[in-house]
Amino acid sequence: MNTLFNRLIGGHKGAVGLAMLAAIIFIALPLGLDVFRLGLAGKYITYAFIAVSLVLLWGNGGILSLGQGIFFGLGGYCMAMFLKLEASDPISTKIQTTPGIPDFMDWNQITSLPWFWEPFKSLPLTILAILIVPTLFAYIIGFAMFKRRVGGVYFAIITQAIALILSILIVGQQGYTGGVNGITDLKTILGWDIREDSAKYILYYVNGLMLFGCIFISRFILSSKFGMLLLAMRDKEERVRFSGYDVSNFKIFIFCVAAMFSSIGGAMFALQVGFMSPSFIGIVPSIEMVIFAAVGGRMSQIGAVYGTLLVNYGKTIFSETYPELWLFLMGGLFISVVMFFPNGLAGLYEKHASKLGFIKRYIDIAKARRSAATNDVKSTKHIQEKGAKA
Amino acid sequence: MFGYSMAEIGNVFVMQGFSGLSLFSVLLLMALGLAIIFGQMGVINMAHGEFMIIGAYATVMLSKFAVKYDFVNYYFPFAMIVAFGLAFAVGYLVEFVLIRHLYKRPLDTLLATWGLSLVMQQIFRSAFGAKEVSAELPEWMLGSFKPTPDIDIPINGVFVMGLTALITAGVFLFMFRSRWGLRVRATVQNRVMAGAVGINTKKVDRITFALGCGITGVAGAAFTTIGSTGPTSGSLYIVDSFMVVVFGGAASLLGTISSAFGIAQAQSILQFFMTSSMGKVTTLLTIVIILMMRPEGLFASKIRK
Repeated sequence: MNTLFNRLIGGHKGAVGLAMLAAIIFIALPLGLDVFRLGLAGKYITYAFIAVSLVLLWGNGGILSLGQGIFFGLGGYCMAMFLKLEASDPISTKIQTTPGIPDFMDWNQITSLPWFWEPFKSLPLTILAILIVPTLFAYIIGFAMFKRRVGGVYFAIITQAIALILSILIVGQQGYTGGVNGITDLKTILGWDIREDSAKYILYYVNGLMLFGCIFISRFILSSKFGMLLLAMRDKEERVRFSGYDVSNFKIFIFCVAAMFSSIGGAMFALQVGFMSPSFIGIVPSIEMVIFAAVGGRMSQIGAVYGTLLVNYGKTIFSETYPELWLFLMGGLFISVVMFFPNGLAGLYEKHASKLGFIKRYIDIAKARRSAATNDVKSTKHIQEKGAKA
Repeated sequence: MFGYSMAEIGNVFVMQGFSGLSLFSVLLLMALGLAIIFGQMGVINMAHGEFMIIGAYATVMLSKFAVKYDFVNYYFPFAMIVAFGLAFAVGYLVEFVLIRHLYKRPLDTLLATWGLSLVMQQIFRSAFGAKEVSAELPEWMLGSFKPTPDIDIPINGVFVMGLTALITAGVFLFMFRSRWGLRVRATVQNRVMAGAVGINTKKVDRITFALGCGITGVAGAAFTTIGSTGPTSGSLYIVDSFMVVVFGGAASLLGTISSAFGIAQAQSILQFFMTSSMGKVTTLLTIVIILMMRPEGLFASKIRK
């Protein structure tokens, strides 16, 4: 196998994990669930984008952002604004005082489309905005913070404050943003009805493929030299700096990548669920997103996806049947993951996997192959594969 | 300016300024506890708001009790003691069970205490109901006085401010003029050395954390005189009080006081001229931008890290 391919799937062990995840997302879930439940699963998968981004940022980079909701929200709002404009064409909104603008603007006595809505009339510009706006925003935040060597808890608190500011702003500016209800009643994309069952299936698969794309990209990043530097920065930032690397640039880069992943997740959320609201931006959702990654394993992309699916499944089940119990469980989850399983599900799996015979055989084969590799590149290759595994 | 006459603007400033002072009192009391826990010990306690609510519920319960046995005019000092004691005890327990294992992992403390705050909120909800409750205020705390016909200053606000000044002075004396404060500061600056000269650093940690929580409990008692208490009331102030501590410069008490003052005043005066949400957004945004330019806060400590 060539090296690039190997890096992307993470060797033999990574391949098994990826194949299992792919089987669950692309085969088991669509076959086993009805359309409604599959829609829920699709919604959880959009959260998994954030979990994957946090594995990059927090697990490997040691930067805890409590503001991933900002980027999820920005991406989601960009997509929702495009869909909303398409849904409010002059014919279907002709009962409004000003036809052709979104209904909530009309309710708030706004008579013309605000300037920042204009670009969202075109799909290419919207996609560009989804990719660029959150990344640029992350760049500004990251530049201001990391260049001044602000990190750790201060970074976490400030990103949290920014998440709070953005959610208050969106709720407060009802006429421009739809306020606390968000942007609702999204119907079609380029004339294609996103509410039909067939569309739901197609969007689900697109969503899953994009998630795998993000996992591949993050594996590519982590298995490169940059990935090793990232780990080194997490553990001993000063040493990396003294070795002559500009730590802040690396941090800004990884923060931007994480922002972009979250933003794609947000855009897929708006497409799949059909609305976007400020309740996905504020403090509570942003910190809950961290627990998805923590439960799954902050060092493992695949673990983070499982973590997201499990926590959200649990949330849906418990908040339907025992709403009082859910907060206890969620709180207990936060505490116990931190206290007892800092590496989450993936950590537990790694720890106990060797006891399971068939997986052990796989690992043994992989090990044998690895040691059979040429001796002179052995040490670096070993480290590289370690990075790819993570 | 904005269609108001100069006299009206003056009155607005006095009254909004005064309501800012009430907010200032709550923020400062919360931030004082946080300044000890976060500023001195470096523990990020996301459940800090819930410790305040412990104090608030204790006061509310005691006030109901006071109405029943007819000592409404005198219960408040007891309420403060009970609030302090309860929050102190819970803080002591939390430090023992949770926090002491996590001193070396500050980001994980953040997550664990967030979990704790969720659990505490749900306990409040199960025990006291989801509805907000208010304390029965003593008669002497009701009403207001009017220095001029256009200016209305509520007495409970004045009372809370007096209380805040008292507690701030107490914390200052404790931290900078007592043996305990000396031990706390020594432990924070150099744990190993402090241990070597015979300070029981683990005990200092526990007492310091509990004390920070206790002060927040008193903040809760003060909070009941100007607002009503619900299971999630505390979480509304958590980001604000973290901002106060960070903005003031984490290790500086003077910084905490002045940043609490600045933030509270800016918020309440801006809220009069803009909508309440835009006032808050502007204030927070200004703080974030200032923090980006000056990450160490207003009053940076001169110690090399």
